[in-house]
This record gives sequence, C-alpha cells and structure tokens, in this order.
Amino acid sequence: MRFGVPVMLLFVAAALFGPLLAPHAPDAIDLSAQFALPSRAHWLGTADNGVDVLSVLLHGARLAGVIALCTVGISLVLGSALGAFAGYRGGRIDHAITGFADLVQAFPSIVLNIAILALVAEPGLSHMILALSANGWVIFMRIARAQTLVLREAEFVHAARLLGAPERHVLTHHVLPNLASALIVQASAALGGAVLAESTLSFLGLGPGVAASWGALLDQGSAVLLRFPHVALIAGGVIAITVLACNITGDYLRDALDPKLKHRS
Amino acid sequence: MTAAAAEQGGGNAQRASRLSALHGTFAYAALRIVRALVTVWGVVTLVFLLVHVIPGDPIDAILGDQASSADRVALRRALRLDQPLAAQYAAFLGDTLDGSLGHSYRQRDREVSAMIAEVAPHTARLALAAMLIALGIALPLGILAAARRGSGWDRAASSLGMLGLAIPNIWLGPLLVLAFGVKLRILPLPGDDPTALLALVLPALTVGTALTAVLARQTRAAMIETLGQQYVLAATARGLPRMRVLLDYGLRNALLPVLTVSAAQLSGLLSGAVITEKIFERPGIGTLFLEAFFDRDIPVVQGCVLVIATIYVAVNLLLDIAYGLADPRVRLS
Repeated sequence: MRFGVPVMLLFVAAALFGPLLAPHAPDAIDLSAQFALPSRAHWLGTADNGVDVLSVLLHGARLAGVIALCTVGISLVLGSALGAFAGYRGGRIDHAITGFADLVQAFPSIVLNIAILALVAEPGLSHMILALSANGWVIFMRIARAQTLVLREAEFVHAARLLGAPERHVLTHHVLPNLASALIVQASAALGGAVLAESTLSFLGLGPGVAASWGALLDQGSAVLLRFPHVALIAGGVIAITVLACNITGDYLRDALDPKLKHRS
Repeated sequence: MTAAAAEQGGGNAQRASRLSALHGTFAYAALRIVRALVTVWGVVTLVFLLVHVIPGDPIDAILGDQASSADRVALRRALRLDQPLAAQYAAFLGDTLDGSLGHSYRQRDREVSAMIAEVAPHTARLALAAMLIALGIALPLGILAAARRGSGWDRAASSLGMLGLAIPNIWLGPLLVLAFGVKLRILPLPGDDPTALLALVLPALTVGTALTAVLARQTRAAMIETLGQQYVLAATARGLPRMRVLLDYGLRNALLPVLTVSAAQLSGLLSGAVITEKIFERPGIGTLFLEAFFDRDIPVVQGCVLVIATIYVAVNLLLDIAYGLADPRVRLS
C-alpha cells in the first residue's frame, strides 16, 4: 500500500525529465534488432523497427503526464465551479446543472471520447484533452455540489452572509477552500483515470499522432504477442502500475487530509 | 354500527388503500418513463449537437483537405450540412423517430439501425457473459470475505479487488490470450470463430474483471451489514447451520444493493465491450463503432453512440421501476 506515492513521484519525474534521460530517440530505427529481448544496449528490449522500448516509455510518460494533468486541471476547475454554484444557489440552476451532468453520464466515457475525436480531421493533443474533459468534469461537479449543500448551512457561512459578504466572496473564501481536500483526493484518482483513458485511446489507434505513447506501444506489442510477448508485458505493466499508484495515492491522501479518519486509526 | 357493517367499512378502506397503492405504483412508473424519455431526447439532441459544437469542419474530417470543392459540396448536401440548423435537427429527429437512424455515409443504401441490429447480438452475448462471470466470482468471494472478516481470505479478496480495478482491459486481454491461448492452449485465440461458446470466455473475463472487483467489494460490505442484524444472530442462536445462515439470512438480504450496483456498472461494461471486441477481433457494436470512426462514417458513429446511451437509460429505467415495485419507500422519494 505504501508504494503509491513513490511510484506517482516517479511518474511525475518521468513526465518532466523522461525525454532528456531517454537513451535513444523514440523513433530511432534499428532494423537489425527488431523486437529484441532486454539487453545492455536496450534495457527493456526493442519494439517494431528496433525502437528502444525504454525510450518510448520515457517519452510516452511526457505525453500521458501532459494529457492527464491538463484533463484533470480543466475538469477540476470546471466541475468544482459548477458544483459549488449549483449547490450554493440550489433551485433551477441546480436542476439545470445536475440534469446536464446526468445526461453526459448516460454516455459511457470512452464512447463519448471516441465520438468527439471522430469529428476531427487529425486528432491532436488538444482534441484529446478536450474529449477527455468532456465527461471528466462530472465527478468533480458531484463532489463539489454535495459538499457545498452541507457547507451552505454551516454557521460560518451563515455568519459571512449575515455580515453582508457578497456571494462571490462567500463562494471563493468560505466554500471553495473547504472543498479542497475532497477535490484533491478525487483529482489523484482522476489522474490515473486520464492516464488509462489516454492509453486506451492510443491503443485503439485514436491517439494524437505522436511517436511515443504507452497505449500505442501496447498495441504494437499485442500484435506480435504470440512471438514477442515482452513488449506488451512491459508496456501494459507500466500503465497498470501507474494507474494503481494514482488510486492508492488517492486513498492515502483521503486518510491524510481527513482529520476525523486520522483520529480513528 | 353493527359488527358486519364495521367489517365492511374496514374492507372498503383496505380496498381503497390497495387501490391508492396501485395508483401510486402506476404514477411512479409513469413519472419514471416520462423522465427517461426526456433523457433520451436530451441524448439525441446532444449527439446531434456534437457535430456542430466540436471545432473544425466534419467535411475535412471525412474527405481530408485534398478533396475537390465539388466533392465537398456534394458531401455537405448528402449530410444535410448545407441546411439551416433547425432543419437539420428536424431531419435528425425524424431519422431517430422512424427507427432508421439515417443512412451510412460509406454504404449509402444501408440504414444505420440495420447495421447495428446485425452485430448487436454479439455485443449482448459478451456483456451478458461478462455479467454472469462477474456475479459468479464476486458473490462467493464477497461472502467469504464478509464471513471471515479480517482473515487472510478477506485481505486476499480486497487486494485482488484493488488489482482487478487497476488492471487495464487493454493489458488484461493480451495477458489472458498469452496464458490460456498460447501457453496452455485450452482456449481459442483472437480471430478464431467468434460464435463458439469457448471463444466467449476470455473476452468476457476481460470485460468482467473490473466489474467483479466492484461487486465483490459491494457484496462484502452488504453482507457485513446484514450479518450484523438481530435476525441473523437469532438464526445462529437457534442453531441453524452456518451455511444456511449465510445464504438464506445473509445473502438474500444483501443481494438487492449488489444487483443495483451491477446495473449501475453497465456503462463500464459497454465501454469494456468496445475495447474488448477490438482486442479479440470480435464482431459487435464496438467494432462497428471503431470502423465507423476510422471511415469517419459520422451517421454510423452517431447511431452507435445513440443506441449505447439509450440502452443505458433503458436499463436504469427498468431498475428504477423494479425497485419501486419491490420497495414502497422508494416511490415516495
């Protein structure tokens, strides 16, 4: 259970510095060593056209990191703003926002993502982020709304309102700061979800047309699974461990940020 | 008042209350149906609007930027994109209401609904098999974990659950093929006859693993709650065999929340089916959807999304109504 945070830090480091540390270019062709097993020259072996697996993974970490961070960032800001607004105002605005969220949730996430990408000529990084954010905000909205419904009736919020604080001030200074811990916990899990979604879309061949992506590497590996299983094993393993680490970090943060839980244990 | 008259009065009151309960049930069901229809209308509208909201011209997406302007004009007309938005929307609603879902752009003579209906049974079979596998593994595992709380079994089940949730479909599928298709050679490989029953096992496991993890967790929680009830203690005190207490008194009462969660997971199940059909090279709505994506056959993409979202709404509607029938308290809220 304790491996969550270190693995996540490793992922962040790989996203930041990976392309600098990679021993080869992610598209450097070496036809003499196609699908080679791990060796001293290629620590994790090679894939199609003799491309170095470690280098693809390190460059892919940048892609996964950028997409996950942007997606979660957009979803977090949009979702919590809408949720806090809906919960605070209530009434028609609440109905409209939650109704729209219900509607978006009727679409299985990956299906909606694909449908959005289908309408773009050459899906790039920004389209991918847009597609993933299209339903990413819903969970943040629900969390922010639920918490705001409780906070709205809290004494310090009542007090602020009675003292004549404008609505915007109450929302930004009294409601949002108290939402932070719940949103941070969800953001960690959502990072894992976004990494997985990016990998899945790239695996299906719908990713941005860049050289290095974990999902695309896994797709390559799956195509030659019967003869050279190491590519798919390594690529899939990296995706699975990253996603798992994000989820575990979320659980860890929830315990760490919730004083009530800390006292109990 | 005579005793007979009082009895009759009581009978009337009883009948009246039964009638009002029946009325309540109908009203509840009718309300749910109306709401579901509104949601479906919203889904249709959203699917229609997608084409217009996403930045970029769908004509570019379909033809690329090398196409002649005559081709572009022709395609724009064929997709009705040259008409005003309201007219396009009316035509889209018309195609949805008459059940055709429009015509495929790549195979002009084919109705989208016919293309979907042709492959839908494959996807339905896969989803059903995945659900059965998930329930078949999750129920015993959850019961065991709850019955021996804190034991090695419990910890093993919860670690397995964590792993089952984290392991991506796109990795699990190839791993299963490697283990059972290549090394052990006991199950068919991708691309073999997809109608064989054995060919369903690995894809269903791939789709069902995450669901198994969720359901096992839910079963454990629901069982722990039920096993803490007085009537379970009473049954144990009366000397009933442990197995009987667990299944008859525990599971029977824990099953309803578990089934609710399994229906709520339908969305994940359908997403999983799309991915898994591609991994195992099986026909189905997912494969049709992905092919339509690569062909940029927008009417087919829209049709698939529409059908998948409508299935989700319909199943949740049925669940809501069944829940209301089973538990009168639900109707009041």
